[in-house]
Amino acid sequence: MPEPMPPEPLLSGGGRVPEDGAIAATGMGGAMDLATAEGETLERAPAGPDGTGPTDRPRSLWSDAWRDLRRNPVFILSGLVILFLVFVSLWPSVIASGSPLKCDLAKAQEGSQQGAPFGYDGQGCNVYTRTVYGARTSVTVGVLATLGVALFGSVLGGLAGFFGGVWDSVLSRITDIFFAIPVVLGGLVLLSVVTSNTVWPVIGFMVLLGWPQISRIARGSVITAKQNDYVQAARALGASNSRMLLRHIAPNAVAPVIVVATIALGTYIALEATLSYLGVGLKPPTVSWGIDISAASPYIRNAPHALLWPSGALALTVLAFIMLGDAVRDALDPKLR
Amino acid sequence: MGRYVIRRLLQMIPVFIGATLLIFLMVNVMGDPIAGLCGDRQCDPATAAQLEKEFGLDKPVWQQYLTYMGNVFTGDFGTAFNGQPVTELMATAFPVTIRLTIIAIVFEIVIGITLGVVTGLRRGRPVDSGVLLVTLVVISVPTFVTGLLLQLLLGVKWGWIKPSVSSDATFGELIVPGLVLASVSLAYVTRLTRTSIAENKRSDYVRTAIAKGLPRRRVVTRHLLRNSLIPVVTFIGTDIGALMGGAIVTERIFNIHGVGFQLYQGILRQNTQTVVGFVTVLVLVFLVANLLVDLLYAVLDPRIRYA
Amino acid sequence: MRGATHAKWAACAAAVALVATACGGGGDSGGDSGAVLSSSWGDPQNPLEPANTNEVQGGKVLDMIFRSLKKYNPETGEAEDMLAEKIETSDSQNFTITVKDGWTFSNGEKVTAKSFVDAWNYGASLKNNQKNAYFFGYIEGYDKTHPEDGGKQTADTLSGLKVVDDRTFTVKLSQKFSTFPDTLGYPAYAPLPQAFFTDHAGWLSKPIGNGPYAVDSYAKGSQMSLRKWEDYPGDDAAENGGVDLKVYTDNNTAYTDLLAGNLDLVDDVPAAQLKNVKNDLGDRYLNTPAGIIQTLAFPFYDENWNKSGSDKVRTGLSRAIDREQITETIFQKTRTPATDWTSPVLGEDGGFKEGLCGDACDYDPAEAKKLIQEGGGLPGGQVKITYNADTGSHKQWVDAVCNSINNALGNDKACVGNPVGTFADFRSQIGDQKMSGPFRAGWQMDYPLIQNFLQPLYYTNASSNDGKWSNKEFDDLVDEANAETDTAKAVETFQQAEEVLRDNMGAIPLWYQNGSAGYSDRLSNVKLNPFSVPVYNEIKVS
Repeated sequence: MPEPMPPEPLLSGGGRVPEDGAIAATGMGGAMDLATAEGETLERAPAGPDGTGPTDRPRSLWSDAWRDLRRNPVFILSGLVILFLVFVSLWPSVIASGSPLKCDLAKAQEGSQQGAPFGYDGQGCNVYTRTVYGARTSVTVGVLATLGVALFGSVLGGLAGFFGGVWDSVLSRITDIFFAIPVVLGGLVLLSVVTSNTVWPVIGFMVLLGWPQISRIARGSVITAKQNDYVQAARALGASNSRMLLRHIAPNAVAPVIVVATIALGTYIALEATLSYLGVGLKPPTVSWGIDISAASPYIRNAPHALLWPSGALALTVLAFIMLGDAVRDALDPKLR
Repeated sequence: MGRYVIRRLLQMIPVFIGATLLIFLMVNVMGDPIAGLCGDRQCDPATAAQLEKEFGLDKPVWQQYLTYMGNVFTGDFGTAFNGQPVTELMATAFPVTIRLTIIAIVFEIVIGITLGVVTGLRRGRPVDSGVLLVTLVVISVPTFVTGLLLQLLLGVKWGWIKPSVSSDATFGELIVPGLVLASVSLAYVTRLTRTSIAENKRSDYVRTAIAKGLPRRRVVTRHLLRNSLIPVVTFIGTDIGALMGGAIVTERIFNIHGVGFQLYQGILRQNTQTVVGFVTVLVLVFLVANLLVDLLYAVLDPRIRYA
Repeated sequence: MRGATHAKWAACAAAVALVATACGGGGDSGGDSGAVLSSSWGDPQNPLEPANTNEVQGGKVLDMIFRSLKKYNPETGEAEDMLAEKIETSDSQNFTITVKDGWTFSNGEKVTAKSFVDAWNYGASLKNNQKNAYFFGYIEGYDKTHPEDGGKQTADTLSGLKVVDDRTFTVKLSQKFSTFPDTLGYPAYAPLPQAFFTDHAGWLSKPIGNGPYAVDSYAKGSQMSLRKWEDYPGDDAAENGGVDLKVYTDNNTAYTDLLAGNLDLVDDVPAAQLKNVKNDLGDRYLNTPAGIIQTLAFPFYDENWNKSGSDKVRTGLSRAIDREQITETIFQKTRTPATDWTSPVLGEDGGFKEGLCGDACDYDPAEAKKLIQEGGGLPGGQVKITYNADTGSHKQWVDAVCNSINNALGNDKACVGNPVGTFADFRSQIGDQKMSGPFRAGWQMDYPLIQNFLQPLYYTNASSNDGKWSNKEFDDLVDEANAETDTAKAVETFQQAEEVLRDNMGAIPLWYQNGSAGYSDRLSNVKLNPFSVPVYNEIKVS
């Protein structure tokens, strides 16, 4: 038997659940919704009729997953890369000497040499130093945007799923509204007026247009969890709404959110670069891969090294986060064990 | 079924109003569009005031929105600053972008699903790991880097294609841009299909089919594929809207004069009418595509009945 | 109907790209003069009316389809009579203009004195929203047709313009302006046919003019096809069959297309490609001086930049910029370090004076540091150079200028670039006086006169005085120069005004910008005029 779609959410809210997973919202050719769509298979998994879903105790789900992960080379590899990135973000000066803002035009576009293994970019800045220092910004943007999206999205989506009815309808419609705006377009419009040169506007924008993705996942998984026997039992015993939500539903519904968020993290880092390419991303003196990639892209013929190193670092980072998300999903998805 | 469709259509109304209002407000936040019209000069105040009046920019935002939506329902999407009706811009831009989107979708379906089926059936083998790694790399490199690289290599270094697309934008010219546009989604369709196939491969009905002695080919096409494609179809369906509105980067790199180009131009010039007009149509496309996908669901999965 | 013509020219363009066949209108098949070239273009921002076009892309078209009373010599920039038979004045305020006989518009209508007067009246009338209306501001009656600050328009026509007969009209200015005739080569002063007024929408979708080319088809936002006008009466008839202008949003793509043989002429080579341009194109690359100067303007409405000592800080910043190295590395010598506030295309006689800026424009880190300290240091400890990120190669040079300042002052964060997403927003921030530090200012001359480099930019409350610099001495000198009938004396007085500007460092001159262009091997005799626009009518296509 193929698993049936959960019938209830289908009908509630006008059957919006089927497309939950895969609403494309992005102008990056769908990168931002990548996480969502794959999350869908997961989201449905807990509803498995054969009882293999995480209807067991939550502890066993997590410990099972952890045992799986520890033996998964993909997880170990991506984990190591991420640890390294975090280390570099915190203490960039350990592996790179000099300031990323120190540029000497006389050295513009020069290739690899002593003290500058990655060469110099069009402004005569040390590409190696800038790539190392850029990690901090990119990781900060990725992590904070993901945290914001996850918090905001899961709270709103969770509440909609839990209370249902009018709340659900209203919130679902609002979600649709934000989904309907293409992400890059929204970024161009909103960020073109920003004058601040901190990372906050970019993060804020990502949260603003990114939350519906998580919200839908959270809503779906809360609806699924809500129907579980132990929740019904808790309700029958007179548990309060907040107790049911926090003690019984949240721990069971959070897995899909984590998976999607991990994968989304990588896409946010890539989105920052795209925004910079369009001239509305982060601003100097912030050092970021996005800024460097977009600055180097017109020099692709003369100084490809200035484009390839930060692009490579960015791709590696995104790759690490997506692989981590993948590994976590495999571990949390009992059907794929 | 009919009732369901009607309910869905009714639900579209608030979403449509909300999304257009949202974009309208966002574009308004961008500030005074008139200032950019006079080159490196201050517009003389009299002309500026006159222009503001003509474009209705002297009214409060809510009033501008109401007037605008009123006009939209009569088919008048306003006028761009260069004096051209927005509907005329749409008439030239949308056919181009629709062609580009069709190519992108074909790539997603043909390459994405094929790779997905192959890797799903051979899960854990070298083919699988290889394709998986490639898709991950495609996803992690920003589209504009892929686009610029392909343009340089194929267009200039090897001379296989023209580096830009002419104003005709024929299907042939759009193949490479379409591939660039589809790349991320394509990688994604591959992964989605793979997961879905791998999941369903072990399900009872497939085992039964195999046990009955049905040929492998028939099992895969008739049983496995049909059931596994549901999430994939969902994804592709809803990707249509994103591809159409999201081609800003691709259209810029390959100089394609489609929707993304008009939107980008409109934003740079803070041309409210152009931006809002195009987004309004995109929102409609998005909503209709969503509805169609849900209906398609019922066709693919007979157990789903919409009341 | 539109669709049909569209397909026709597109097929033609494609054919031309492959083999040099003729595809011009008028049935002139074969032969060199019939071949059509393709050229890069940007979508004009405003409707293509002469008095409504204030940027190069629209100007490019007007230059091809219109001829005015005067024409600027493509090489020397000198204003020469075109449609004007003679322009006479005795007092620098009342002018009598006689139009040459035998000129017509491409639809056959005769060009008369009325064609000019009607066009100018249209341009000056507030209700027509013409963005270049201020060009008519010197003519008497402008305050009635175009009242500033919201007053009601009380006249539709300029009282200073009178048609005398078919070929003669008189102009009365509201003040003396000795070089007025030399401004008449600007496209805003072009004559207009009756069709412009009777069928305005039709005219806009397919403009009709009196220049060497006629518009064959115009697909807004993507391509305009111009074809040689066979019956053109002037002596500068097109030497090719026509020009297809193709819209590009990214000049890198246009350049890439040129390399791939997909385009014949690019008149804006992106800074990033300059390094390899010689390699790519050999001698099919032009680098010609143009009447463009780049400066950094300051917000004089901001106290921080307008207190005692600020002039020292500004001069110090000027001396912290290594113009030599930036023009060499970033722009590969397509720009020349500026040593005054005008442009070399004016020539010595026209008012260009090399080295007028003196020490204040010489790179000297030690002196720069000293001056800035003496002036009280940088306001807030950091300067932000604001620019718009959407056009040109501004990011590259702003970053380079900042790096130069940082290196000179020995502080990594003394200067940062502050990109603004769109040009419109950049302009609106300037208009609202929101700048808090220096910002990009560029000036492309309207006509090759020293007056045009000084008055609109630095005269109190002038239309392009974005920094609101104001200096009585400067204003008085400009007034004096304008009233001067002797050109040499006028130029000298303007230069005195320029010295006042220097002593206050009202704006930092950065560099003179050259026009740069690259072309395919099908073309020969390609030139750029002093406005950095290709001289299309002289291009030969093989």
